[in-house]
Amino acid sequence: MALAFNEETFREDYTYRNSLSGIKRFPFPFPEDQYMYSVNIEPHTKGKQGSVFEFPLDVDEHYVAECNDKKITLEQDPGRYQALPHMMDAQWDFVELTMESLARDYPKHFSLHKKGSSWTWENKPLGIKDTFTFGDSSTLPMEPFEYMGRQVQGDFVLLDQRDETLYADAGIVTSQADWSLAFNVGMSWREWHGPVPRATELGVMDRALKFMLNLQLGSPVRRLNWTMTVNPRLDTSPENYPYWGGDRNAVNPDNVGDLVNLRVELQSLFRLPRSNAIVFSIRCYLISLKDIATIPRWAKRLHRVQKSMHPDLIEYKGMTKFHPMMVDWLAKFDDGAILEVGTQPE
Amino acid sequence: MSTINVKIAAIKQVTPLIKHFTFVKEDGSEFPAFSGGSHVVVSLNIGGRVHRNPYSLMGSPTDTSAYHISVRKQEQSRGGSVFMHDYVAVGMSFKITYPVNLFSLAKKGHKHILIAGGIGITPFMSQIADLKRTGADFELHYAFRSPEHGAFAAQLAKVCGDKFHCYIDSEGDRLDLQALLGNQPLGTHMYVCGPGSMVVAVLETARNLGWPESHIHSEQFLAPPIGEPFKIQLEKSKIEIQVPAEMSMLEAIEAAGVGSRFSMSRRCMWAL
Repeated sequence: MALAFNEETFREDYTYRNSLSGIKRFPFPFPEDQYMYSVNIEPHTKGKQGSVFEFPLDVDEHYVAECNDKKITLEQDPGRYQALPHMMDAQWDFVELTMESLARDYPKHFSLHKKGSSWTWENKPLGIKDTFTFGDSSTLPMEPFEYMGRQVQGDFVLLDQRDETLYADAGIVTSQADWSLAFNVGMSWREWHGPVPRATELGVMDRALKFMLNLQLGSPVRRLNWTMTVNPRLDTSPENYPYWGGDRNAVNPDNVGDLVNLRVELQSLFRLPRSNAIVFSIRCYLISLKDIATIPRWAKRLHRVQKSMHPDLIEYKGMTKFHPMMVDWLAKFDDGAILEVGTQPE
Repeated sequence: MSTINVKIAAIKQVTPLIKHFTFVKEDGSEFPAFSGGSHVVVSLNIGGRVHRNPYSLMGSPTDTSAYHISVRKQEQSRGGSVFMHDYVAVGMSFKITYPVNLFSLAKKGHKHILIAGGIGITPFMSQIADLKRTGADFELHYAFRSPEHGAFAAQLAKVCGDKFHCYIDSEGDRLDLQALLGNQPLGTHMYVCGPGSMVVAVLETARNLGWPESHIHSEQFLAPPIGEPFKIQLEKSKIEIQVPAEMSMLEAIEAAGVGSRFSMSRRCMWAL
């Protein structure tokens, strides 16, 4: 099926919107009334048709607008793309993974033809067509990881595995929830995750690392992470805090339903073949409280989750300023009915 | 865990004790590329019992048309290598895992010293292809019993040129570990794969010379020892299982038909 791509923005006038089917396929992350930090990793296997889990890399109605937003962020700050020299094999692995996935799963929009190491890639939505030599960076207009990183939704970090840990040695990061690639590049797993409250003491990060070190080629995994954000903005980076941090002050009881968005990250991890590195993909989905309220089950659930949130997590997720307003706004959709476990809309 | 259906496309006797097997995919498609030092786990159904044996991939990691392994025949084995040598024929089908790498090259290493003993040469075959492709600085030191046991020596001499050093025991050649490891530039990584006694000697020498652990990499070839039979109780399934001497606990659980979600991670444990 051919996708229709929205014309929309993720900054300034924020014309980003979800269609009715976009709302229905939203990866709502709360199966229960109470939220508890957990690693919640599952195999990244083929999900239901039309769901965000249908294919390894999900392309949706926001694809073109999101790639354009990524381009703007990279123009303003080229440091959002970084790759250490020993990651070149992993860069090509990334090219193979993304081109093969998109061409196989969205043949109306993307195609890949190989003649030995001469590859021809066509991206119709973005109007790109290039023939290059696989493995030879000089035949692409930029480094291979950046080239394809600009043509897929979401952020990507390439993790090198050595000394029994993982190092974030390359990344293209333009839609991060308040973390910085420039700050994290070259860091080990433990350095990177040091600040997560309640996670270190639960031993969660050590177990997750152990799991990831054993990640197998051909058996990718995924998890959902979430936060709440003001405005459907992708680039909520610490570098640009002055442009978005103040938005939290604009939230009032009348506009909270429009301004506050649930931001869900579909995080997936793939072992890469040539480099034995891991690609960590962080795909961001945004939905306003108002759109959530069109799904009664989700509105009730979100109300209960937020009402019972641990104060440390409210602070860590940057929700302190608008959290009480959000809970109040959601309360009017919650009749107290018992909800079965599960994230389904109906 | 995802598996790949393969069949044997060719078998070649390389030395009196080593056979080389070429796998192709049953559906004729290409294999995934892999990284130097990777192995696959081959499932062998021997008399109704599934053995899972890991073997290093020996071909070039960029050649995705076929996978190559070599197997040394071990009379004292639990059956895997004997089965591979005596019963496996061209055209037979197997399930293998995707490549797994527990012996990867340190990509940031300035220099790489590879030390192989006997059949321990196999993981280095693919590593050498990676090192040559990236133009890395390396040396290969290959020790074996006698000329007829030097599988791949001629081929490696050609590929590695003056980086190749070989030591034939029957001709009195000895690898002087002290001299080799005692005089390497900062940032050198060392990799050893071979019989247990050799691996231990190399590791001890390196540690005594003050090599940092992070720069020492090893993989050992040893058959899981045959132990004493024992019984286990499975709490959830409420059943008792007899584990025979030559079976692992996991194998016995699987043989009893109890689903196990155990994923293979046999660091340094190579069944032969």
